[in-house]
Amino acid sequence: MARAAVLGRLNWLLAELVELVPETPRVKSLVLAAPGWPGHRPGQHVDVRLTAEDGYQAQRSYSIATPPDGERVVLTVERLEDGEVSPFLVDELLVGDRIELRGPIGGYFVWDGADRAPLHLVAGGSGIVPLMAMLRHRAGLGSAGPAALVYSARTEGELIYREELDRLAADDGALRIAYTLTRERPPGWTGYDRRIDPGMLGEVLGGADPNATAFVCGPTRFVEVAADALVGLGYEPGRVRTERFGPSGR
Amino acid sequence: MENADLKLDGNAAAGELREIFGAEMTIVRATCGSCGAVREMGALSVYLHAPGTVFRCPGCDAVLVRIVRAEERLWLDPSGVSCLELRTGA
Repeated sequence: MARAAVLGRLNWLLAELVELVPETPRVKSLVLAAPGWPGHRPGQHVDVRLTAEDGYQAQRSYSIATPPDGERVVLTVERLEDGEVSPFLVDELLVGDRIELRGPIGGYFVWDGADRAPLHLVAGGSGIVPLMAMLRHRAGLGSAGPAALVYSARTEGELIYREELDRLAADDGALRIAYTLTRERPPGWTGYDRRIDPGMLGEVLGGADPNATAFVCGPTRFVEVAADALVGLGYEPGRVRTERFGPSGR
Repeated sequence: MENADLKLDGNAAAGELREIFGAEMTIVRATCGSCGAVREMGALSVYLHAPGTVFRCPGCDAVLVRIVRAEERLWLDPSGVSCLELRTGA
């Protein structure tokens, strides 16, 4: 896709839920078939629109969890207790149901691995989703530069994609993944046990490579702390790309 | 909840910008009319909880762009931006 091409207006597409994958007790992945989907880049998101019987509409943005795959789009959605859209998507939507979506959206928080520059990722909670699209894409590239991920969650059970991440790291000597659990650790936990800080980011990411691009995604306060820490470690601010979710999720 | 918790990035308003301009605006470079900093629109601070969408400069916090909708109309006030740089070639 030409980066600055005029893309035309976005149309709402009707996408059908073809599979529902439980990820954690509060998170599910929605596998959608979206006829007319133009393709996307890792890191992009979609807008989802729900319309009630009385015509009331609610719209939210969700990150795409998978690399480009024809007209198939996978969204990983966390149920927010006071949410207007996510409880419906996670608890009520059934295979065969249709939802309206438009996209792909965003050209800033994307990584397609065109160069072999280091990829440094920092995720808080469900902020892992767009970063997972990048890691899955990277795994499919065959040859890619080094990558590292710091993933913070409250408990082990809230780590999304845990098994797949472990597998990706085991299969790829150039990929380093570290977890930190901020609230509760299982017995024998060997990962980090505190909120992210400059020391942790420096240890895992290996210092500020001037060619590295860092992507940080999570709740607003988490992103602020991580982005400030990265700049403090010497990353050029323009190479620290952020996506804030707001207070508790999107 | 504090205002600081509600800060998002330009990316969060990418769909709305695309709807208005018909183009991917998060990679457009905007110059802050107050402090002169140049950043891609995806890197601006965005607040969606106001009655409308507000873009602020992440450096000096000046309001750059405001978008307000009511019924069938939309107002876009870009007066905080002194220049937008779009790429016209591939």
